Amino acid sequence: MDKKTIVIGVIGADAHAVGNKIIDLTLTNEGFNVVNLGVMVSQEEFIEAAVETNADAILVSSLYGHGEIDCMGLRQKCDEAGLVGLPLFVGGNLVVGKQEFDDVKQRFLNMGFDFVYPPSTPIENTIVDIKKTLGI
Amino acid sequence: MKILTVDVGSTYTKLTAIDSDRRSVLGTAQAFTTIETDVMQGFETALALLKQNLENDNISDFNYDKLLVCSSAAGGLKMVALGLVPDLTAKAARTAASNAGAKVVNTYAYEISNAEQQEIYDINPDLVLLCGGTDGGNKEVIIANAHRLCAIDRQFTTVVAGNKSAADEIAEIFSQAGKNFVITENVMPVFNRLNIEPARDAIRNVFISRIIEAKGLNKIQAMAAAEIIPTPLAVLNACELLSKGTKSQQGKGDLLAVDIGGATTDVYSMASGLPTVDNTMTKGLPEPWSKRTVEGDLGMRYSLKHVYDQLPSHNPDDEKMREVKEWVELCSAKPDTLALPDSEEEKIEEFLGQSAVSIAVERHCGKFADVYTPLGLMHTQEGKDLMEVPTVIGIGGVLRNSRHPKEILKGALYSFTSPESTKPKNPHFYLDQRYIFASMGLLSYLDPELAFELLDKETVGLGKAGE
Repeated sequence: MDKKTIVIGVIGADAHAVGNKIIDLTLTNEGFNVVNLGVMVSQEEFIEAAVETNADAILVSSLYGHGEIDCMGLRQKCDEAGLVGLPLFVGGNLVVGKQEFDDVKQRFLNMGFDFVYPPSTPIENTIVDIKKTLGI
Repeated sequence: MKILTVDVGSTYTKLTAIDSDRRSVLGTAQAFTTIETDVMQGFETALALLKQNLENDNISDFNYDKLLVCSSAAGGLKMVALGLVPDLTAKAARTAASNAGAKVVNTYAYEISNAEQQEIYDINPDLVLLCGGTDGGNKEVIIANAHRLCAIDRQFTTVVAGNKSAADEIAEIFSQAGKNFVITENVMPVFNRLNIEPARDAIRNVFISRIIEAKGLNKIQAMAAAEIIPTPLAVLNACELLSKGTKSQQGKGDLLAVDIGGATTDVYSMASGLPTVDNTMTKGLPEPWSKRTVEGDLGMRYSLKHVYDQLPSHNPDDEKMREVKEWVELCSAKPDTLALPDSEEEKIEEFLGQSAVSIAVERHCGKFADVYTPLGLMHTQEGKDLMEVPTVIGIGGVLRNSRHPKEILKGALYSFTSPESTKPKNPHFYLDQRYIFASMGLLSYLDPELAFELLDKETVGLGKAGE
């Protein structure tokens, strides 16, 4: 069977590189074709990579607390680029301060993300959802 | 052995006589290109002139043993490039076509529209480069574009260098439509990895096998010792040779070369272009070490008007600018106009030349940007960082004819008015005094040691900017 392609990267002006490498490694070991855009990735770059590689999902990381602003409009731009219904995953330290995760999660779901993960979620948990979503 | 190289240009046919035993350039000559009637007329006229020049230097009876030819006549190798995403495969396609020595008239992204289809019909390209999708990636767009290209009633050949998973279907589409095509490796097989050499070779082969005859070059091809190649490819070869050196001679390292012609300005860079500033992250498509860009709107005669239009904002009623405008109009109307020494026109010519160099090099170089992050100030870089490149070489008529070529080449320098552009900061300037780069690029196929030696000898140092 063809490998599933997943575009990953750390969005915005965020330069946290370590977690990104771990996600890349783990997904690759799990048999995914990983397109890693690295750190400081714009929404446009995520979309361009997904279009060109015919990706099956986009996995967005954000560690520096500005994730909400950085992620706004990603779903709409995906729709615009013809990536209608492409599964979007997001996780990390998405917001600053002590906020209830359920509120945060709801806000990201409203923005069009399919899966939202709280801080310190192991990537293995996400992989379970990815496999389920992609029918593996 | 005596070698004669011929560069059949759109205006002039330029000859260079080389003696491999004496290891020197014996002489050069040029005559008007006569491609519309018979390319041999212009060649014979230039050869007669060359023999005369050589006799004046006490070299009688020049007879060549080998003839090598490159050409940019009859519009050069006119191409359009198609890709998927503008910053990805469309850009890769353009880079591949430019590096093959083509004049890339336009680049198209995504599925082309009817209007764009009509535009390609009007451009009437010699060759189309069709790309799109990484291997195993998007297939729909490149297949849709294959169908659309088949619907264009023109005689071009298509080089397909896109998603390998779509190759068989595309071959089927072109075969059924009875169109000429070649399938080669993907220009971007994996996301953000460039693979332009196979496409570059395929383009060169199509040029040799199908274009030479169509351009009326078959008579001169019959006399030549090797296949005719596009002139910009010959210049690119020469730049690569000078930068890398040969088995026994050390190269010059990183360099930038600017070739200002009458209609176009070509910029070549031989450098990795990796960041030279700390805390810089590179963005976008990786850059090839050897890169050519061609600016179809920047030239000293046929496109001088466009250079004028792109000058930094100025007051058109200013007396100096009015003089510039008059000169531009004169040169556009009469392309054989030359400025007299010590005239006001000479200064205007140098000013316009410097502006053309400045714009062309700025487009070739990368862009630098500051990003304020929670971790402090960081930078991003797109394209090549050429700020530390030590060598800038000038090629082309306006530089050779000018008494102040360095002033014109200063247009290539880093400027505080556009600090984001990664142009060279403190390079040594050189001049190709006898216009031998194309010739040496041809010679490099035959004898790279000799070609390097002559390039090194004939490229004159002009010193640094402040010297």
